[in-house]
Amino acid sequence: MKANDVILRTVTRMAVFIILTFGVYLFLAGHNEPGGGFVGGLVLASAFVLLFLSFDIETVQKGIPVNFKLLAASGALLSVLTGLGSFLFGAPFLTQVFDYFHLPIFGETELATVVLFEAGVSLAVIGTVVTIILSISEDV
Amino acid sequence: MNNLVILPMILPVVIGVFLVFFQRFVQVQRWISLLSLIASTGVSAYILYHVQHEGIMRLDFGGWAPPFGISFVADSFSALLVVTTCLTSIFSLVYAFSSIGEDREKMYVYPLIQLLIAGVNGSFLTADMFNLFVCFEIMLLASYALITLGGTKQQLREAIKYVLINVVASSLFLFAIAYLYGTVGTLNFAHLSLRIAETGQTPLLTTIGILFLIVFSLKAGLLLYIWLPGSYSAPPTAIAALFGALLTKVGIYALFRTFTLLFYHEPTITHTLIGIMAAITMIGGSIGAVAYNDIQKIVAYNVVISVGFILTGLAVFTPAGIEGSIYYLVHDIVAKALLFLLAGTIFTLTATNRLERISGLIRNYPLFGWLFFITMISLAGIPPLSGFIGKVLVAQGAIENQSYVLLAIALISSLFVLYSLLRVFRNCFWGETIISEESAVPLKAGMLIPCVLLTAISFGLGLGVEGISAYVSDAAHTLMNPDVYIEAVLSEGS
Repeated sequence: MKANDVILRTVTRMAVFIILTFGVYLFLAGHNEPGGGFVGGLVLASAFVLLFLSFDIETVQKGIPVNFKLLAASGALLSVLTGLGSFLFGAPFLTQVFDYFHLPIFGETELATVVLFEAGVSLAVIGTVVTIILSISEDV
Repeated sequence: MNNLVILPMILPVVIGVFLVFFQRFVQVQRWISLLSLIASTGVSAYILYHVQHEGIMRLDFGGWAPPFGISFVADSFSALLVVTTCLTSIFSLVYAFSSIGEDREKMYVYPLIQLLIAGVNGSFLTADMFNLFVCFEIMLLASYALITLGGTKQQLREAIKYVLINVVASSLFLFAIAYLYGTVGTLNFAHLSLRIAETGQTPLLTTIGILFLIVFSLKAGLLLYIWLPGSYSAPPTAIAALFGALLTKVGIYALFRTFTLLFYHEPTITHTLIGIMAAITMIGGSIGAVAYNDIQKIVAYNVVISVGFILTGLAVFTPAGIEGSIYYLVHDIVAKALLFLLAGTIFTLTATNRLERISGLIRNYPLFGWLFFITMISLAGIPPLSGFIGKVLVAQGAIENQSYVLLAIALISSLFVLYSLLRVFRNCFWGETIISEESAVPLKAGMLIPCVLLTAISFGLGLGVEGISAYVSDAAHTLMNPDVYIEAVLSEGS
């Protein structure tokens, strides 16, 4: 039986963008408000899972040609490398620095290297969650 | 500022993650992971040397001084164990090259081995209770994946038990940490030690100490070893050697840290309990080691006996006893890896684990046979080899403490080790040769060379006791005098 899921797909097309935006918001809010790399990553991953649910796996992977295993690995690598960066500057491992910058649109903004660490966490979470979902759904 | 201290843990992590990108390139994976382990060994040997000459090394992550931040602390005890871990795992890795098979190599076996070693090294070096938990979990998650990798029926059956028991143990660990934090309000080892000393270890703290004892006993296979023989005989040889050499040792290390640095004020309760548990472990392990006709099971029960023996040194709690335990711990990492590799090689050659089906291997594999013989007498503690000095010192400690029952059980368990392995040796290597010379499976050089080198290290440890005695006595001194550790961790500046 071929189900007609036009409503699901239409809603997904809009909802995915809202979820992605919310995920990025959570990621960026993490320093001063509830949120951060882990939650942001989970919400972003849930957007991908919704796509996989309403379209089939081949279609989504054609649209987003990302190897999620490698995404998880590069996330972990990014996080560790931000810690190892301290070797270059003669500071203790995992030292984080921040400074204030004057950006064109945002004005006075605080930028911290911990964002890079958290970006690594997010990528690792997205990669892991999607890999789990995809490998469970595979036929053996 | 000693960023070096993090390298034995972070190098395997980075390399392990990096190797994921080279899933299809087996040769690249082999060489990079080998180089990574050699580099870790070099760095940790330098750390050991540095600790000996300049005192305890400390690294505060992100520059946050303890007790507020997480620190890594390398004293002689942890540095000694890290060196031995890295050195021994090199040989298991080389053995894996020729035995593990391409299917597993392409399913991330080398990244997982790197992460396992990272977890072990992290557990040895950390100076924070919660960080210890995290490093335990890194090690355990890697070991869950390694025990199931390949997906044979036996592996999956044993993995369910193994994962289940470790999940329970980890949640107990978490509860114990929560109770401890609720009681004294800190998690840094040195700060914990100070606060526990201030309150004089109240009954509540002793109870928490006993909860930690249960948790680490589950991990180390002290009394609560029921999960151990099954799960250590499931994975392929090279992995089993890593498990047998490293996993229980981390639990033993945690027991030593906890009961020499934190809960040492009520030895009549805690250390007596450890003594009783160690005695029962040795008795149970001895019975298991002589009861089976399955080589893997015999070898796994030998791990249990040695756990009991090492903890005997902690139970008697005298300088000689602790020193003996450290010698024996270092020896046991090397010797158990060797024993597992040899037992796995017998299986590769004969395709069976049953003693009664194997006979007369010495005619076709003389070198291999004598390697097994040397390993056997080394484990039993015959003088020129590495197991001797540890046993003597533990015995001396037991006599000083007048724990004669424990002493008797420890020494008789050595006889059982000898008997159980002698049974394997006599049955498998002596007797009529069943396999003719023409149809014998050739022994690969890639399997024999790691065993030869590990035997050489075992000899070196036995003959060169003088060489490492300075490190061991320094380690024992730090363990017996918590003030040394506390001062190094909580002093100003790093």
